[in-house]
Amino acid sequence: MATLEIRALRKRFGALEILKGIDISLEKGGFLVLVGPSGCGKSTLLNTIAGLESISSGEILIGGQVVNDLHPSKRDIAMVFQSYALYPNMSVAENIAFGMEMRGVPKPDREKAVAAVAKTLQIEHLLSRRPSQLSGGQRQRVAMGRALVRQPRVFLFDEPLSNLDAKLRVDMRVEIKRLHQQTGTTIVYVTHDQIEAMTLATKIAVLKDGELQQVGTPHEIYNSPSNLFVADFMGSPAMNLLEGTVKGLNGARRIVLERHEHPPIILPIPANADESRLSDGAKVIFGIRPEAVNDKDGVDRGARSVATFEARVEIVEPAGSDTFVVTRAAGKELTARVRADTQLRIGENHTFAFNLDKAVLFDPQTSRRI
Amino acid sequence: MTAAADALVAGRSREPARHSMTTRVIIYGVLVLFAIVYLLPLVVMVMTSLKPLDEVTGGNMFYFPHDLTFEPWKKAWGTTCVGLTCEGIKGYVWNSVRMVVPAVLISTLLGALNGYVLTKWRFPGHKLVFGMMLFACFIPFQSVLIPMAMILGKLGALGQTLIDATGFSWGFGNPTVNLVLVHVVYGLGFTTLFFRNYYETFPTELVKAAQIDGASFFQIFRRILLPNSAPIFIVTVIYQFTNIWNDFLFGSTFAAGDSSPMTVALYNIVNTSTGVIEYNVNMAAAIIAAAPTLVVYILAGRYFVRGLMAGAVKG
Repeated sequence: MATLEIRALRKRFGALEILKGIDISLEKGGFLVLVGPSGCGKSTLLNTIAGLESISSGEILIGGQVVNDLHPSKRDIAMVFQSYALYPNMSVAENIAFGMEMRGVPKPDREKAVAAVAKTLQIEHLLSRRPSQLSGGQRQRVAMGRALVRQPRVFLFDEPLSNLDAKLRVDMRVEIKRLHQQTGTTIVYVTHDQIEAMTLATKIAVLKDGELQQVGTPHEIYNSPSNLFVADFMGSPAMNLLEGTVKGLNGARRIVLERHEHPPIILPIPANADESRLSDGAKVIFGIRPEAVNDKDGVDRGARSVATFEARVEIVEPAGSDTFVVTRAAGKELTARVRADTQLRIGENHTFAFNLDKAVLFDPQTSRRI
Repeated sequence: MTAAADALVAGRSREPARHSMTTRVIIYGVLVLFAIVYLLPLVVMVMTSLKPLDEVTGGNMFYFPHDLTFEPWKKAWGTTCVGLTCEGIKGYVWNSVRMVVPAVLISTLLGALNGYVLTKWRFPGHKLVFGMMLFACFIPFQSVLIPMAMILGKLGALGQTLIDATGFSWGFGNPTVNLVLVHVVYGLGFTTLFFRNYYETFPTELVKAAQIDGASFFQIFRRILLPNSAPIFIVTVIYQFTNIWNDFLFGSTFAAGDSSPMTVALYNIVNTSTGVIEYNVNMAAAIIAAAPTLVVYILAGRYFVRGLMAGAVKG
């Protein structure tokens, strides 16, 4: 049975519909990341799960129980906020124990629980300090401690890492992941950072304008995005989305990407596309991730279907571990990921290779995957 | 570096120094002048209050006391005549204290509660309610006198009924209670404004976190909001204390005779139409009347500016 289940959830503010019928379920021990651009409703969705905002229709079940009308404190959840929301007038220990104090847990039990959590998070030496005396990472840890001490059925994280600097963010990300693996808790996590989503989640839900675009494992979301929005939103640098035309050549269907200075690129239909839905002359969007565009000898040895083409190098961006090369196809920029020690020069022509196993096709009309 | 370059650098650095010296003299000169202008009345008051009466009437008010005496202070406190009774102003100071303390505390706490609701528990129309409360800040004192008198009259009648029924008025109709009520009602607009603006910048996530922790409406207010409101609390208390302590209009309108506050009593001392005008006693009484606000400002003044600025600039 799912620990968290959301059924046909809608949230309206007057005439404005913020959430337009959300259905998600999360099994025990799962890590669900809600991701999307700002204003997509992901934080609102989290707040409705927490009970901090009411819902207009639908159902939210936690542990099989409908919690629509339950007060936040009665839902068996704990929440970590973006600003950490530590009570500034209380010490770290008091912060962690406040919820238990409100629930009337006797003092010796509270102290024991605080000590146990402090040990898990290695914040024992901070217990008597005030939040203002802590660094960002320490505050983050205390905020997690305050959530952990409740041992709730579901943890809610509202963009917990966005106030930290880049390095600390990566450290805390690892720490959250480790915490999740050690304690086996069920987590719902909101972020606008798709890398956080990819690295942490067991399940990702991509939202846009209050509508679920796709729910799936990070692998599914990344490799088989269900529409153009998901394809474009997930991944950095973004997926190359090129306009092409379906043509019948020599008795087989091909995708043709027109180019200005070079002959068109002619590609076989990628294996994961539904060929029966393609007709000659139809426009398609050909999507391929930068890492599936390499130089000729950098292409994945296991790839079953590879297509090569010549293109002029426009920009070379060394990123340390890899180098991104920008070239042009079908009137748009095409980013390729090549080895870091590449000798490519700007302005030169070079042979690139598409790993077509990783390519996807979209219908430009509906923006859905074919 | 060459000697020439040294001289050049030294010359350049001396030039602004001389310039800032003149500026500084002018600035401090003006500041000292204004300080003297503002302090002079107080100095004259203190000196006059420490002189015997003949020295006051016979001498120059800027002279230092020749025969230093504390008699005017004792008289002002204990034996001078206010109206018909000659027991000094001590009773009236006490009247003022009994009025000011509850009025300040109640209006401040209610203002804090209003600010809390208007920012953290918003309801449809909260802006309208706040706008109407703000309106209270702009209503002239005089225009509420008659309506207020009618309301207080009704409350007095209720008190009389209660005396008949239970033998005790429960505070209705008591002049001090009336004044507390008037000042609370009149002060609410200001205290609400102060606290609302302060709580507007108070992180709402703290309230949400406390909700999830299971704290109730009042627990959040008492445990989370209030302990973090010290600056605005001090501002509001100073503001309300000064206003209510110095109020004359309401005091003279709604409290008569023995129950009138300090300010009204002071007026009655100074405005006596019989006998010699005892300037030294008047001055002592005036200083006593002004002392509490002075003390409050000296003790908490730095928080006043800090609190007023809080929320004006983020961070």
